[in-house]
Amino acid sequence: MDTKPDDSAGPAPVSAPDRPGRFGPYGGRYVPEALVAALDELDREYRAAAASPEFHAELDQLLAEYTGRPTPLTDAWRFGAEAASGARILLKREDLNHTGSHKINNVLGQALLTRRIGKHRVIAETGAGQHGVATATAAALMGLECVIYMGEEDTRRQALNVARMELLGATVVPVTTGSRTLKDAINEALRDWVTNVETTNYVFGTVAGPHPFPSLVRDLQRVIGDEAREQVLERTGRLPDAVAACVGGGSNAIGIFHAFVDDADVRLCGYEAGGDGVATGRHAATITAGAPGVLHGARSYLLQDDMGQTVESHSISAGLDYPGVGPEHSWLKDSGRATYEPVDDAEAMEAFRLLCRTEGIIPAIESAHALAGARRLGAALGPDAVIVVNLSGRGDKDVDTAARWFGLLEADETDEATGDES
Amino acid sequence: MSTATAFEKARAEGRATLVGYLPAGYPSVDGSITAIRAMVDAGVDVVEVGLPYTDPLIDGPTIQTAVNAALQAGTRTPDVLRVVEAVAETGTPAVVMSYWNPLARYGADAFARDLAAAGGAGVITPDLTPDATDEWIPAARSRDLDTVFLVAPSSTDERIAMTTDACRGFVYATSVMGVTGTREQVGDAAAVLVERTRKATDLPVAVGLGVSNADQAAEIAGFADGVVVGSAFVRRMLDAADVDDGVAAVAALAGELSGGVRRR
Repeated sequence: MDTKPDDSAGPAPVSAPDRPGRFGPYGGRYVPEALVAALDELDREYRAAAASPEFHAELDQLLAEYTGRPTPLTDAWRFGAEAASGARILLKREDLNHTGSHKINNVLGQALLTRRIGKHRVIAETGAGQHGVATATAAALMGLECVIYMGEEDTRRQALNVARMELLGATVVPVTTGSRTLKDAINEALRDWVTNVETTNYVFGTVAGPHPFPSLVRDLQRVIGDEAREQVLERTGRLPDAVAACVGGGSNAIGIFHAFVDDADVRLCGYEAGGDGVATGRHAATITAGAPGVLHGARSYLLQDDMGQTVESHSISAGLDYPGVGPEHSWLKDSGRATYEPVDDAEAMEAFRLLCRTEGIIPAIESAHALAGARRLGAALGPDAVIVVNLSGRGDKDVDTAARWFGLLEADETDEATGDES
Repeated sequence: MSTATAFEKARAEGRATLVGYLPAGYPSVDGSITAIRAMVDAGVDVVEVGLPYTDPLIDGPTIQTAVNAALQAGTRTPDVLRVVEAVAETGTPAVVMSYWNPLARYGADAFARDLAAAGGAGVITPDLTPDATDEWIPAARSRDLDTVFLVAPSSTDERIAMTTDACRGFVYATSVMGVTGTREQVGDAAAVLVERTRKATDLPVAVGLGVSNADQAAEIAGFADGVVVGSAFVRRMLDAADVDDGVAAVAALAGELSGGVRRR
C-alpha cells in the first residue's frame, strides 16, 4: 500500500505523466543509447516487482523491522510558539530512520530490485553522504558490492560520512572533475554504469535522472506522505493547511507531497537552497532562478547559462547543492499545485538553531530550509494554522559545519576536532 | 562535400573512411582550427568538431580535460560554428558532436540554420536518441543536415532499426560499452554490432570508442565503413609542449591512421 506500482496508479492526475516518463514537458530520457537497455530493464523489473505481493511484503518488513517505520509525527509545540508565530508545527520524523534520513526508504527498494534483476554490484552518487551511507547500508545488508561516487569537495565537507561508508564496506571514489560536487558525482556514476551495466545497478538517490528514476524513487518515498496524512488526520482531526519540505533533487519533498496532491486546500511548499542569496548568483535555487533544460538525462528546471552550460550551485547544505531538480517538481510548479521559494544559508541556520533550542532536535541543514519555510508559513497563516514539516534528516553529520557557522570552534581547532571524532 | 560523398569516395577507393574528432576551442579557437586543418591535410576524411559541454557524460578523462579547458578559455557556441566554417572551407565535411542541452538552449531551428550557414554537414548527438526528440530531426532535415545517432552493443534489433531509420549520413556504432578513451583492444563486440546494424540499413556504419593506432584502424576497416578516432588526437594535443608541437603530433597520427584504413 505504500509503494504503488506505476504512474497511472498515483493519486495525482495533475502530475501523472502524459506518456511514460513525462511530466508535462518535463522528464523523459536523454541518455546515451548504451544505457537505454538497462533503463528499460529497470523499468520492466520495477513494474513486475510493484505488482508482486512478495516484493511488497519483503519491503514492508524491512521498513518496519530494519528502518523503524512508521516514523513518528512530533508536535513541535515550543518551536511553533516561539519561532513560528504560534502555528501548530508537526514534524514528520524521517530523521529517526535507520541511517538518519529518508534516503533509506528508496535504497531498500532499489537494493531489493537489484537482487531481483540478478546483479551483484551497486553504484550511487552522494552529496552530503546521506544517500551514500544509505546505499552502503543496504548493500551490506544484502551482500552487494558497493561503489559510491562523491565530489572531492563534499568528501572534505562530510568526512565522517566517508568513514561511515567505508566502515560499511563500500568503496568511496572522490570525484575530481568539474565542480567536484554532487553534479559531477552523478556524471562519474553514469560513466561507471555505461561501462559496467551488465553487472551493475545504479541506485539513484533522488527523483531526477532519466525515466524510470523520477517515478521509481517517488513511489518508494511516497510512504512518507501516506503515513503523515494518516497521522495528521488522527492527531488533529483535519488536514493540514500546508506541507513544507526542502528541495534539492526533491525526493523527500515529492515523498511527502504526493499523498496531499489531491487535497486542493493543502498548500504544498518547497524550499530551495538560496545560498548566499539568489541575487548574488551563489545559490542552488533551481526552480526559482533556473530555466528548463536537460541535465543528467531529464528535462527540468536547471541552473544554466545562455549557452546551455550548467552553472555551479552553492549552498551551505551539501545535500541541496545541485543545479538540477526532479522533473515532477517542475511540473508541479508550472501547474501551480506547489510553490517553491528560496531560503538562504543565514535563514536556514537560524531555523536550525531555533529547533535545537526549542525542541532538543538537531536537524540536518537540508531540513532546516523546510523549518525556515514553516516559520514563514506560520507568519502568513497565523496561530490557527497546522503545518506539517518533513524533517528529512538528522544533523549529526552537520555538527562540524554548524559549529563553524556559529563560531563554536576556533579555526585552528577545527581540523583537529574533525580528526578526533573520526 | 557531404558526408555521404566522403564515404562513397572512400568506398570507391576500396578503403574505410577516417573520421577524426577534436573539440573546438582547445587550446584556443584558432589553435583548434589549425589542428583540425592539419588533421585534414594528413588524410582525415570527415571531421567531428566537438562542442564543449560542462557535463560530458559519455566522455572519458582525456576529452573531459580538453573540453573543460576550452570552456575555461571562454569557448561559446558561435565559436564552434566559426571552427566548422573554417573546416568546411577545406572542402572536408564537418559534423558537430554535441550533447543535447547546448543545442536545445541555442534552439534546435536556430542551430540548424546557423550550422548550415557555416557550411556544416550535420550533427552527432551522443545523449539524444531519436525517440527522445520531436524537434531535432525536422529542424535538421529542413536545413539538409545529417543526423547521426549512436547504436551500442546493448541495443536491441528493434532499437537499431528505429535508430538507423532516423540517421542520415552515417550510423555511429560504439565499439564497446563504455566512455571515450583509448583502449588496448576494441573487441569483437564491434564486428557483431556492425553486422547487426547492416541488416537494418544501407547507410555507412562508422565505429568509434577506443581506436588509437593504425593497427586498430586497419582491424576496424576490415568490417566497418568508417573508423572514428577522438581521444587519441586529443591526447596528442594535451601532451604537446605548445600548439605547433600538438599540431605536428596530430598530423603525424592522422597520417598513420590514414595508412591504417587503407590496409584492410
